[in-house]
Amino acid sequence: MPESQQAAQFQAKVDAEQKIEPRDWMPAEYRQNLVRQISQHAHSEIVGMLPEGNWIGRAPSLRRKAILLAKVQDEAGHGLYLYSAAETLGVGRDEMVSQLLSGKAKYSSIFNYPTLTWADIGAIGWLVDGAAIMNQVMLCRTSYGPYARAMVRICKEESFHQRQGYDILVTLSKGTPEQKAMAQDALNRWWWPSLMMFGPSDKDSPHSAQSMKWKIKRQSNDELRQTFIDRTVPQAEFIGLQVPDPKLKWNETIQHYDWGEIDWEEFNQVIRGNGPCNAERMAARRKAHADGAWVREAALAHAGKKAKRSAA
Amino acid sequence: MSTTNEKDWPLWEIFIQSKRGLDHKHVGSLHAADARMAIENARDVYTRRGEGNSIWAVQAADIHASKPEDQGAFFDPADDKVYRHPTFYPMPEGVKYM
Repeated sequence: MPESQQAAQFQAKVDAEQKIEPRDWMPAEYRQNLVRQISQHAHSEIVGMLPEGNWIGRAPSLRRKAILLAKVQDEAGHGLYLYSAAETLGVGRDEMVSQLLSGKAKYSSIFNYPTLTWADIGAIGWLVDGAAIMNQVMLCRTSYGPYARAMVRICKEESFHQRQGYDILVTLSKGTPEQKAMAQDALNRWWWPSLMMFGPSDKDSPHSAQSMKWKIKRQSNDELRQTFIDRTVPQAEFIGLQVPDPKLKWNETIQHYDWGEIDWEEFNQVIRGNGPCNAERMAARRKAHADGAWVREAALAHAGKKAKRSAA
Repeated sequence: MSTTNEKDWPLWEIFIQSKRGLDHKHVGSLHAADARMAIENARDVYTRRGEGNSIWAVQAADIHASKPEDQGAFFDPADDKVYRHPTFYPMPEGVKYM
């Protein structure tokens, strides 16, 4: 079958809301686009364990510690679901990992910000996971079957993450003036980076149109960002925290919040590797990978020895 | 399907039975050095919230699949045998329990 005909059949399948499965024909760019997006997403889950892992040993109670540990374990699981989905497209796990470690592959730039206080763990769950959920709920309906299935699994687990984060801030905001100030400070530092998580504005996002046509994405960056703001501002008000945006105001006519301007220069700097923690995150991942090398080799050697023994 | 080298742990496909009496369903895959590790990792990755009580792990290399491009011709023989479906047979009025 000529490629133009295959491409037409592929697009017809997508338009008819049929999922694309690993062994189906697909345009090379569709495959590349998915590998890039899914592996970036997987890397984000794995690197995302670092800022939170920073507080496991210092959580304020045993209960909070157990919860945070479970949450970070979930992130590892999410990374794995996503790596598995990407592997169905023909890219190897080791290849993806080495792309992350060499700096060739990106991960969500939000994880290049530091977690300075316990309130940051609350802000990450509430805002960062909250923003991620917006994107992930949309991706449950993405056109590539294995990606959509991984997302369904992830979404089931994410709402615990968001609630546990909000719960931390609810508690702090009812605490001493210092605790409340700590919660406000966390919101001040995490608000804008969370809004940046949705990516560049639609007018500056050249790949978006193609992703929408392929139904990889189903809502634009700006749409998702606006919905996130509309949902999150009342949650901040409920616990008496102030969103750090002087232009933020409910617009009765359009039934959405008007809001200020994202500092895209900061966004680009962090993506380029100049955020507060880029070097630290990469160093931690490289060390973990190098330190684990003997374990991976030993497990293989052990499995080989056992197989030989049972064959004998 | 995926590119692997000698140093990689093989890929396993994981199937979980969510409740006794139901089918094992494919949930995803993972890498593990051997079957025991595959099952233990599958427990940690795919059943953290009581999603199942039985796990199958099958090496991905051992799974053979039909080809999507042959789908039409391959499944065609089933399509023209409408008499395999109960609705093919009109039942006389008044006949019950059939």
